[in-house]
Amino acid sequence: MIIGSPKEIFKGENRVAMTPESAKQLQKLGYQCILEKGAGANSNFSDKDFKNVGVKIVKDANELWKQSDIILKVRGPEKSELSKITSKQHIISFIWPNQNKPLLNALKKKKVTVQAMDMIPRISRAQKMDALSSMANIAGYRAIIEAGNQFGRFFTGQITAAGKVPPAKILIIGAGVAGLAAIGTAQSMGAIVRAFDVRPEVAEQIESMGAEFLMLDFKTDGTGEGGYAKPASKEFIKKEMELFKKQAPEIDIVITTALIPGMPAPKLWPKEMVSLMKPGSVIVDLAAEQGGNCEVTVPNKIIETKNKVKVIGYTDLPSRMATQSSSLYSTNIRHMIDELTPKKDGKPFTNMEDDVIRGATVLHEGKITFPPPKPKIVAIAKHETKNTKEKTPEEIVLEQINAEKKSGKLQIILLTIGACLTWFIGFFAPSEFMQHFIVFILSCFVGYQVIWNVSHSLHTPLMAITNAISSIVIIGALLQMRFENDIVSLLALVSVFIATINIVGGFMVTKRMLSMFQRS
Amino acid sequence: MTEGILTASYITSSVLFILALGGLSNQEKAKRAVWYGIVGMAIAIFATIFGKEVFKSEWLNLLIGAIVIGAIIGAIVAQKVQMTGMPQLVAALHSFVGLAAVFIGINSAILPHSDMNSSELMIHNVEVFIGVFIGAITFTGSIIAFGKLSEIITGKALILPARHTLNLIMLLACLVLGYMFLNSETINDESIWSLIIMTIIAFIIGAHLVLAIGGADMPVVVSMLNSYSGWAAAATGFMLGNDLLIVTGALVGSSGAILSYIMCKAMNRKFLSVILGGWGDVTGPTMDIEGEMKPIDIDSVAAALNDANKIIIVPGYGMAVAQAQSTVSELTSRLRAKNKEVRFGIHPVAGRLPGHMNVLLAEAKVPYDIVLEMEEINEDFPDTDVVMILGANDIVNPAAQEDPNSPIAGMPVLEVWKAKQVFISKRGQGKGYSGIENPLFFKENSRMVYGDAKKSLDTILKSIN
Repeated sequence: MIIGSPKEIFKGENRVAMTPESAKQLQKLGYQCILEKGAGANSNFSDKDFKNVGVKIVKDANELWKQSDIILKVRGPEKSELSKITSKQHIISFIWPNQNKPLLNALKKKKVTVQAMDMIPRISRAQKMDALSSMANIAGYRAIIEAGNQFGRFFTGQITAAGKVPPAKILIIGAGVAGLAAIGTAQSMGAIVRAFDVRPEVAEQIESMGAEFLMLDFKTDGTGEGGYAKPASKEFIKKEMELFKKQAPEIDIVITTALIPGMPAPKLWPKEMVSLMKPGSVIVDLAAEQGGNCEVTVPNKIIETKNKVKVIGYTDLPSRMATQSSSLYSTNIRHMIDELTPKKDGKPFTNMEDDVIRGATVLHEGKITFPPPKPKIVAIAKHETKNTKEKTPEEIVLEQINAEKKSGKLQIILLTIGACLTWFIGFFAPSEFMQHFIVFILSCFVGYQVIWNVSHSLHTPLMAITNAISSIVIIGALLQMRFENDIVSLLALVSVFIATINIVGGFMVTKRMLSMFQRS
Repeated sequence: MTEGILTASYITSSVLFILALGGLSNQEKAKRAVWYGIVGMAIAIFATIFGKEVFKSEWLNLLIGAIVIGAIIGAIVAQKVQMTGMPQLVAALHSFVGLAAVFIGINSAILPHSDMNSSELMIHNVEVFIGVFIGAITFTGSIIAFGKLSEIITGKALILPARHTLNLIMLLACLVLGYMFLNSETINDESIWSLIIMTIIAFIIGAHLVLAIGGADMPVVVSMLNSYSGWAAAATGFMLGNDLLIVTGALVGSSGAILSYIMCKAMNRKFLSVILGGWGDVTGPTMDIEGEMKPIDIDSVAAALNDANKIIIVPGYGMAVAQAQSTVSELTSRLRAKNKEVRFGIHPVAGRLPGHMNVLLAEAKVPYDIVLEMEEINEDFPDTDVVMILGANDIVNPAAQEDPNSPIAGMPVLEVWKAKQVFISKRGQGKGYSGIENPLFFKENSRMVYGDAKKSLDTILKSIN
C-alpha cells in the first residue's frame, strides 16, 4: 500500500509528517512512500533527500491524496483538504477530537479510519509513539530559548572585570514533559531554576533535574488520570497564589505549562501577579492555545505590559524548530505504523483489541470510536503514594550497630559451639590426634582468609590449582609403596599414577590459563 | 635424610601452597603463584621419596613408569583441552583425587597397625572410614559431573521417586557397615569387606546425588566436589598422621566450600536445596508478562552498535556453546578502535564453572581489565547505550527483583534492562534452564536476535570496520 504525506497548509506550520529516515523504515514494513513536492522544505528536508531513499515525489496535493492509501499529516485535515479524502482512506495526524467535534463529524462522512496521534494512551509500551511528549519536549526547550531572546540579561551568574552579573531566576509552573525539558534547558544555561507542580510525586523528578521544588503545605494529590493533573480545590488555589505572590517580585522569567486534559488552561498567573514582576521580566505561556495560564496572554503574539513585562504567547513552538520536531514526530508515526502492521506486509490492520491502537483510533471505517474505553493498564506516571518513610541517618547508624551486635552474638554462639565440640573430641581422642587436629583447624582458617581474597575472574584457575595440590595425597600412596603386600602396592601404584596425571595436568592447565589473561 | 629435614620440607611445601592460593588475588601475581605451587609439590614429593626411602620399593621400575606415563598424560591433556572444556577437565581431575583417596584409605586399613593402642586404632579406623567415604562420593560424583558436562549423560536432573528416602537408607547402611568395621577387634577379612561394601554404597550415593542435579547447577556441584576432594585429602592426612596432607586438604576443602557458597549466594539458593536438587517452593502465581518479544534484524543491531558510545556485553553459557568468544573478542577490539567504551559484565554463575566466562574471554584475548564482576558493573547500566546478551537468560532476569513469586526471586542479577537498548542473542524462543519465563525479553527496550550467536556476530562484524 502507499503512504503519502502532503505539504502542511496551515499557516506557519513548518513541520512535515515524513522524513527520509522514517520513509526508509516505512519501506522496510512493506509500504511505498510518496510525498508532495516541497513538503519537507520548511523542515530542511529537500525533495532530493527523499528521492535518495526511494520516495516518489508527487507534483501536487490533489494527486497525492488520490494516490495514497494512508495519509500522514501533522495538523488535522483542513476544510480544503476534506474534499480530497477518498473513502476507506487511512489518516494519521493530530486531531484533538475533544475540541474538534465538527472535524470528527466531517471525517465520519468520508468513511475513513483515523488515528489521532494526540490520543495515544500514556502507557509505557506506547511511549515511542507519544507524539505529545515529543512535541512538549521541544516546546519546553524552545520556551527557554524564546524567553532568553526577550530577556535583557545573562542566564548564568558571572563575575567579570566589568562587574558582577547575578544569575537569572526562572520559575517553571507544571513539571510535565515540557516543564521538565524547560528545567533542563534553563539549568544547563546556568540559571537558578525553581519549579512548581500540583502533583507532589514529581518533586523527585524536578530535583533530579537540578531545580528546586517549591513545596506547598497542603495535603491533596493533584494527580489525575493518565499522569496528568486534575483541577484543584479553592483552598488549594489560595495557597498556591500566596506562594506565587512571594515568588513574583524575585523571578525574572516564568514559564507556565499547566494543562488539564479537555479543559481550558487554569489561570495561574493573574494580572496581579504580572504587575508584581520586575521590569524586563519575561513570561512564556505554553498554554496559550488553550486560553493561557497567564491572564494577559495573547495567543501567537508577544506583548509588553505597562510595567515592561513581556508575555510570549506563541502556540507554534514545535513548528519553530521544524527539523527537530519533524524528525521526532515522523519517528512517532513510524512506530505507530509499525504497530499497525504486525505482519510487516505493507497492509495496515487496525486491531481494536490492542489498547494503544484502540485509544488512538477515533474513527474506524467511518464509525466514531471516540472516546475510547479506559485502558486496561494503569498509566505510567501514576505512582503509588509512598508509605515507607525515608530513614534518618541516626536510624541507619542504629540499624548498623544492631546488625553488628547481632553478627557478634552469632559469632560468639558459633565459637562456643566449636569450643564445646573440640573439648568433646579432646575428651576421647588421643593427644597425637589433637595435634593434627590443631593443624587442621588452623589450616581451615588460613584457607578461609586466603580464598576470600581470590579475584572472581580467577575462580577457574583456582579450581585447577587446588585440584593439582589436593593430589598431594600422592605422598600417602608413595609411603605405602614400601610395604611388601601386593594388593597394597598395586593400589598405591594406581594411586600414584592417577595423582601424577592430576598434578601435572592441574598445574600445566593453570599455567596455561593464567598466561592468557592479558591487560589491554 | 633425617625426620627433621623431612618435616622442614613439608613446612616449606605448606607455606608455598598457601602462597600459591593467595597469589590468585590478581592476574599478574597469579602467574608467579603457580610456580610456588609447582615448587611446593616438587619439594614434597622428592622429600618423601628420598626421606622415606621409597626408592627401595621392589616395584621401583613400575613406580617410575607410573609417574612418567602419568606426567605425560597430564601434560598432553593440559595442552589439548579447549577452554570450553575446562569444566569437564576439572570434574575428571577431581575424580582422580577421590579414587586415590579411596585406594589409600583401603590400603591403610589393610596394613598392620601393631604400634597402635586400642583407642588410637579406633581413631585411625574412623579416619579411614571417613576418608574412604568422602573419597568414594567425590569419585563417582565427579565422574557423573564429567559425563553431564561433556554431554555424554543428559544434563537433565534424574529425579527418582522417593530419592531422599533412598539416599537416607544408603546413608544408614553405610553407618551400620561403619559400626561393624569399627567394632571388629582386629582388622580381618570381615572388617575389610564391610569397608569395601560401604565404599560401593558410597559410590552409588555420589553418583545418585549428582545425577539428581540439573546442568545449570553444575557450578555449585563442581565447586562442592572440589571441596570434597580437599576434605578427602585431609582425611587421608589424618589416617597417615601427615600434617602436609592435612594442611593442603584443609586449604582445598575450604576453597571449594567458599566457591560453593559464592555460587549459591549468586543464585539466592540454599546449598542444601541445590545439592538435594529441584527448585524451591513457589508461594503464589507468578506475575503476568505484558508485551511481546520483538525480533530485530542484524543490520539494525550493527547500526545501533555503530551509534552507541557505551556498550556492555553479557556472556552466558550460550556463548561457550556457540564457540563465539573469539568473534566477540574481534567485535570488541573493532568497537574499541572506534573509541567506544566496551565492557563485559560477568555474573558469578555464568557458565558451568566459577570464573568460566573470564577464562573463555581471556583465551580469546579480551583484556581482563574490561571484564568486570556483577557488583562492579551493575550501577553503570542506566548510562549504557547498548547491552548485548549472548546466550544468558536467568542471570539477567528482572523477575528476580520485580516478582516476589518468581522461583528466582531475590537472586542477584545483572540489571541490563536499565540500559537504553538491550539486544538478546538467543537460539530460539525457549525458556532458560530453570524453565522460568524471562520478562526482560518482553521489555520495551529489548530486541531479540534469533539464531546461532556466532553466526549473528559474524554478520554484525561485517558491518563494523
